[in-house]
Amino acid sequence: MSASIKTPKSLQRSNRIVLLWTVPALFFYIAFAIIPLFVAVYLSFTQWNGLSPAVWVGLKNWIALFSDAVTGQSLLLTIEEMCICWIVQTPLSILIGVFMAGSQRYRSVLSVLYFLPLLFSAVAIAITWQSLLDPNFGLIDSLLKSIGLSAVAQDWLGNPSLAFYVVLVIISWEFIPFHALLYLGGARQIPKELYEAATIDGGGRIQNFFAITLPQLKYTIITSTTLILTGALTYFDLFWVTTRGGPGYATNVLPLQMYITAFKNEQVGYGSMIAVVLAAFGIVLSFILLRFTGFSKMSSQLEGL
Amino acid sequence: MTIQQDKIEQNRRGRTLSGTTVNKQPGQKPRSRRIGLGEIFPAILGLIWLVFACYPIVYMLFTSLRPQADIYKDIAWSFPSHPTLDNYTTVLSNDFGTYFANTVFVTVLSVLIILAVSLLAAYAISQVRNRFTQSVFNLFLLGLAIPLQATIIPIYAIVSDLHLYDTLFALILPSIAFGIPLSILVLVTYIRDIPNELHESMMLDGAKHFRILCTLVLPLARPAIITVIIYETIQVWNSFLFPLVLTQSQEVQVLPLSLMNFQGQFTTNVPAIMAAVFLSATPIILLYIFGRRQLLGGLVAGFSK
Repeated sequence: MSASIKTPKSLQRSNRIVLLWTVPALFFYIAFAIIPLFVAVYLSFTQWNGLSPAVWVGLKNWIALFSDAVTGQSLLLTIEEMCICWIVQTPLSILIGVFMAGSQRYRSVLSVLYFLPLLFSAVAIAITWQSLLDPNFGLIDSLLKSIGLSAVAQDWLGNPSLAFYVVLVIISWEFIPFHALLYLGGARQIPKELYEAATIDGGGRIQNFFAITLPQLKYTIITSTTLILTGALTYFDLFWVTTRGGPGYATNVLPLQMYITAFKNEQVGYGSMIAVVLAAFGIVLSFILLRFTGFSKMSSQLEGL
Repeated sequence: MTIQQDKIEQNRRGRTLSGTTVNKQPGQKPRSRRIGLGEIFPAILGLIWLVFACYPIVYMLFTSLRPQADIYKDIAWSFPSHPTLDNYTTVLSNDFGTYFANTVFVTVLSVLIILAVSLLAAYAISQVRNRFTQSVFNLFLLGLAIPLQATIIPIYAIVSDLHLYDTLFALILPSIAFGIPLSILVLVTYIRDIPNELHESMMLDGAKHFRILCTLVLPLARPAIITVIIYETIQVWNSFLFPLVLTQSQEVQVLPLSLMNFQGQFTTNVPAIMAAVFLSATPIILLYIFGRRQLLGGLVAGFSK
């Protein structure tokens, strides 16, 4: 007891010292994430070719944005990408996640294989699919030709009206296993009693799915949606490797437009403006979606501990 | 105390893995072997997804074993008629070892520093609860919403100013910064779970914070530490935009970038490209084979909350 009376002062001192332990992490984080974010905002008001000193031009870049058809189209394409990614990936991921959560032995064997796409980098996936889709020796066109559909066979990534959707298929292939993994975790946490009770009440499989499984997965759906939308907003690797934004501007999403403007066309100021649009879009989106759950739920959870 | 530790350990294991374990409850009788009628429909859909999810990877493997001369002759979806490992030797004799070593260096150093600084900060944030640590924590959480793509231009400028452009350290510094937020979130959530009494009793015994960190927090937070290591390893190993923008010469190339360059260099030697793709993922594939649960748990890290 006597010790606990003595401690506060020495404890306070040692607690003050331990606050310094946050410094190394803060240093790296501020220097290479927070400061760059503010520098990007500053650069968005300048004209700079990357070599000679940057020139302050005020709102010029921002005004130019409104008459820039290429960037405007990138923005629309990115929004379309976000919508399609969500519409395609969410239902499939839920179905596959719930499927894997079943207790049947064959399902756990299948899940081991379902996760294989997670092991490869976006570049590896892009290159593999490029070869799969190759019009000369690729798997898809060979298959089509062998079943007599050679009329459908074509250069999938070279067709301006198809390339974008083909890349979205590859993106879905890459990310559905991850989101299915989230839903698998969510579905496993649904109490079995809920299903037992419903089955006694005469609920069928499909009925149970809509009455119990989906509502119980609410928070997983919000988490997964946040990740799909912010992910689609910033997705760069696969587009760059497979199409470089082409043919024409057919797959030129916002991150590509930023990269090309800043690093290929050397309009660093204008590229920074696009980067700021991206960041603002992403941060606002995460916060809107996290309002539903996320931080507030997470910190309230933490407070209880 | 050891009993208590075991208990905490058990609790945690149950919780963190609940999402990813294969159902293996001992004592549970095996369900009826025969797949019931209501099971046929999901089973068929499950098999269709299996083909879609896995065939591209099977194709990658088959093609990597095919002699280059056979890619137009062989049937694209079948096992090669003259399997060979030549493509692997071609890849390995083309500086693949250097790129592999570069990637290992960048990944190991980044992950070690992320882990060290995040542990220190997470300890301070969870042990001292005042307005300062709360705002520091919130600042780190904000980092989860910052898209890396939006900061790439200033990072390029900063790295050039530091004369680090085209070195491996150019990749390490920003990788650390962007690895910190999620690592701190995972570690803080976990360390806050450690019962306060354990910590207080050590304080009363006059233990310094560093000793508490080493003897109490490190062993108890092991699952969280493993999660952080796995998640960040995959992130850094697969990262593409940083190397694309921040490096140039061959000596400092990392794997994802080298894959893209292999593609340019080998163009028609598709089997060699596929061999390179497969080899680039070997560490993660090994991790999947020997620690599937940890790998999958690490992937969903802070997201499943």
